[in-house]
Amino acid sequence: MTINQSGWRPEAPVQGGPDAAPTYTGNKALMLEEPLLFEIGGSDRTGVDLPEAPKVKSRLGGLERLKPIELPGLTEPEAVRHYTRLSRQNYAIDLGLFPLGSCTMKHNPRLNEKMARLPGFADLHPLTPVDGTQGALALIHLVAEWLKTLTNMPGIAMSPKAGAHGELCGLLAIRAAHEAKGDARKIILVPESAHGTNPATAAFAGYAVKGIPATGDGRVDLEALKAALSPEVAGVMITNPNTCGLFERDMIAICEAVHGIGGYVYCDGANFNAIVGRVRPGDLGVDAMHINLHKTFSTPHGGGGPGSGPVVFSQALAPYAPLPFVEKHDDRYVLVEEETVAAEGHSDAFGRMVAFHGQMGMFVRAAAYMMSHGADGLKQVSEDAVLSANYILRSLEDTLDAPFAASGPCMHEAIFSDAGFAEGFSTLDVAKGLIDEGFHPMTMYFPLVVHGAMLIEPTETESKAALDQFIGALRHVAGKAKAGDAALKAAPVHAPRRRLDETAAARKPVLVWKEPVQARAAE
Amino acid sequence: MRYLPLQPADRQAMLGVIGAGSVDDLFVDVPAAARLSGPVPGLPMHQTEQQVERQLSQLARMNQAAGDQPFFLGAGAYRHHVPASVDHIIQRGEFLTSYTPYQPEIAQGTLQALFEFQTQVARLFGCDVANASMYDGSTACWEAIVMARRITRRGKAILSGGLHPHYVSVCTTMAKFTGDVLETSTPRLEGTAEMEMARLIAAIDSETSCVVVQNPGILGRVADLSELAEACHAKGALLIAVVTEPVSLGLIKSPGEMGADIVVGEGQSLGVGLNFGGPYVGLFACSDKHVRQMPGRLAGETVDADGQRGFVLTLSTREQHIRREKATSNICTNSGLCALAFTVHMTLLGEKGLRELAQLNHALAVEAADTLAKVPGVTVMDGAFFNEFTLTLPKEARPVVRHMAEKGVLGGVSLGRLYPGVKALENGLVVAVTETTTREDVAALAAALEEALA
Repeated sequence: MTINQSGWRPEAPVQGGPDAAPTYTGNKALMLEEPLLFEIGGSDRTGVDLPEAPKVKSRLGGLERLKPIELPGLTEPEAVRHYTRLSRQNYAIDLGLFPLGSCTMKHNPRLNEKMARLPGFADLHPLTPVDGTQGALALIHLVAEWLKTLTNMPGIAMSPKAGAHGELCGLLAIRAAHEAKGDARKIILVPESAHGTNPATAAFAGYAVKGIPATGDGRVDLEALKAALSPEVAGVMITNPNTCGLFERDMIAICEAVHGIGGYVYCDGANFNAIVGRVRPGDLGVDAMHINLHKTFSTPHGGGGPGSGPVVFSQALAPYAPLPFVEKHDDRYVLVEEETVAAEGHSDAFGRMVAFHGQMGMFVRAAAYMMSHGADGLKQVSEDAVLSANYILRSLEDTLDAPFAASGPCMHEAIFSDAGFAEGFSTLDVAKGLIDEGFHPMTMYFPLVVHGAMLIEPTETESKAALDQFIGALRHVAGKAKAGDAALKAAPVHAPRRRLDETAAARKPVLVWKEPVQARAAE
Repeated sequence: MRYLPLQPADRQAMLGVIGAGSVDDLFVDVPAAARLSGPVPGLPMHQTEQQVERQLSQLARMNQAAGDQPFFLGAGAYRHHVPASVDHIIQRGEFLTSYTPYQPEIAQGTLQALFEFQTQVARLFGCDVANASMYDGSTACWEAIVMARRITRRGKAILSGGLHPHYVSVCTTMAKFTGDVLETSTPRLEGTAEMEMARLIAAIDSETSCVVVQNPGILGRVADLSELAEACHAKGALLIAVVTEPVSLGLIKSPGEMGADIVVGEGQSLGVGLNFGGPYVGLFACSDKHVRQMPGRLAGETVDADGQRGFVLTLSTREQHIRREKATSNICTNSGLCALAFTVHMTLLGEKGLRELAQLNHALAVEAADTLAKVPGVTVMDGAFFNEFTLTLPKEARPVVRHMAEKGVLGGVSLGRLYPGVKALENGLVVAVTETTTREDVAALAAALEEALA
């Protein structure tokens, strides 16, 4: 018996596409348009019921806010619907493969979310007397020990709020270490393929930035690096695996050369997920490395954060790690803050980077992830991530130009260029074509060293079937770009919005909602 | 392993396509000296969901959660009731598991929510524009000082004694490396907000890039910033206002209204929860004319190829991924999901709810101050406050706080914890009161204080 009893069968295609049948609402079935809060809310409308405040004599010193704030509200059903409708205009890992290279969009286990919401963690004030926070401090200590063990590095700072903040932490420790020796070095070397945060961070930390070229095979040019080393160089920032998705074969030699001139090696750990459980950066000679808990350890990206960027340190830099940190004294956990620094022998700590103690909510999630995987599971994580990326690389190198195909296996991400696309067709077109196929595009135009770069990171949490479908879709879309199929220039046509005019947005920025002038005049 | 979909047969088939004999062949570029032969030594093996849950729950139970007893801690992190629907919304996978909206056609949900967030923050702070969030209040504060340096081309910032000591600490740490000059001071238990304003006004000179003042201040004091703003502008300096309790702005005049040029803050009070200090959400707002000097991401309105309204990330030529070492900041990932929580909570409140909530906080705090003033030996600070005030005890407050905590009352934040070694402040106890505080809680605190001081 058939489930469809209406008797309708798809025979000939129906005349006209979605545009041929405009709707009254502008909605297209499940694709729902949603106005702005400011167009539907009201200043007298609220989704909370509060008890009446007791009558007291105000003690605000005459500073009462008299003018309207103009914050419209919604009742709960309206608010839930408003934001639920908005949510459906987002692509997400929960919906499909999200191959943003270098961003590591892996599955976010829901156990992590449940654990982070335990009241003992979520409803705990950061300034609770430490006897009442022993479990929280134990948790921070636990994550710190895991990270130190996985990297084989003896020191750690847990407080940085995200990857770029961790980079800053690492560079400040390097500066503090040099300055402790009375050595005011001014230059940080950064490879041309580095993520933009690297040079920006070096500048934010007060350093001048000098670039190092890459070799033709996509790796740091060791000879050029050696030639750039001088007593003025405080250190280098190197991403390993690098942004071309390759492991820096010369990493040990690089570290030795930098140490040879008294410099330090900062490793951008954004791509640690490719080697976690298999390679310990401390064994390569790295002095400092941040770890994006929201990448390697699966804490959710949440549409742009919050992140968390703990930094591990070598013996040489460990004393300079910032406050606060957690120490275990016998059976008790101690939070080392300002007042205890001298007493505990941490007088070299370079200061404080954040209010309170770091991204506790992210630590809990990362702990759940680490404990779930264990040392064996984490090894499998990096193996599957690397296997999946190589599978994509080798499955598509006949269709797309893979500039480093001969440079050995890739690590967690595969890189392609726009070579071979028809005149006037670009990486952007392929990206937008993938949107119509139901995928989030890959990272585009990064790293800068590859023309029209397409950086694809599938992660370890995709099935082979999902990888195969993605490969098929990309092959199909790339075929259009190579053939010069004009229809691709119109993509996406099935997304909630067509291509958006970013130039207009920047030329005359509209960054907050303002009531339309006509409506005001009519009042 | 429950999180890894590839099966042994899949792996074999994939290795075949790649032309590799084993997965080890894919790691050949790792120097032999750094290759591990097995799992990293010194760590446990994988565990079931139930095993992990059991261990983490055990750690969670070892903590004194705020809701478990009378609770009066504030000082930059506040316990407010967050409506249940806020957490429901931010746990939707489309928000939780999406990325920074680089592909706007399939990220309108995040972008529109950020546009709403920016508008709400700008209106709350009384400013023209706000960005799409920073890490937290303390880092936003430092970024504001750097921005003021860029705008005024001057290198000296004056930090009010009322600025949260952790914020001061973050700024002095950074200034050590950047060469900015910071004039700092500690708050005074006997002083008044007016005295502090007068002191700051007198300190402004032609080298001053900005004055940074927190309102309400760390002791809870509320000040009129108007004269300070005028004094700053007269000398070509900017006024940076810091708000660590955004609920206060439901009742008191916004910093923008009082003349502040840049307003930054901690948004944790709305939607986010205590979380032992993070993640929180930094708020950052300023006037239109300074927007191109702003750090962080900005969502802006535009149209698509069909002329339909939509939103994109914009003015990115300020940012690290375009401008690299010349960027206004190195910030990349910010606090997107916390910003969403802030926005959903603010939307549920609306102007009516926010004003009522602020009024409730203030009224309960006034009642609590009156009750605690009756405890023998305790004095309540003079002057205006919102939902937080400082008590001066007849003895050092830090041991009193510990003693009360052991007795099941989290009675406030001692100034000894915030200002270790500052003798003049060691008897100070900062007490925060919110809508979650009951009269029974206040009575319990009064009794606990009386007992501890006896």
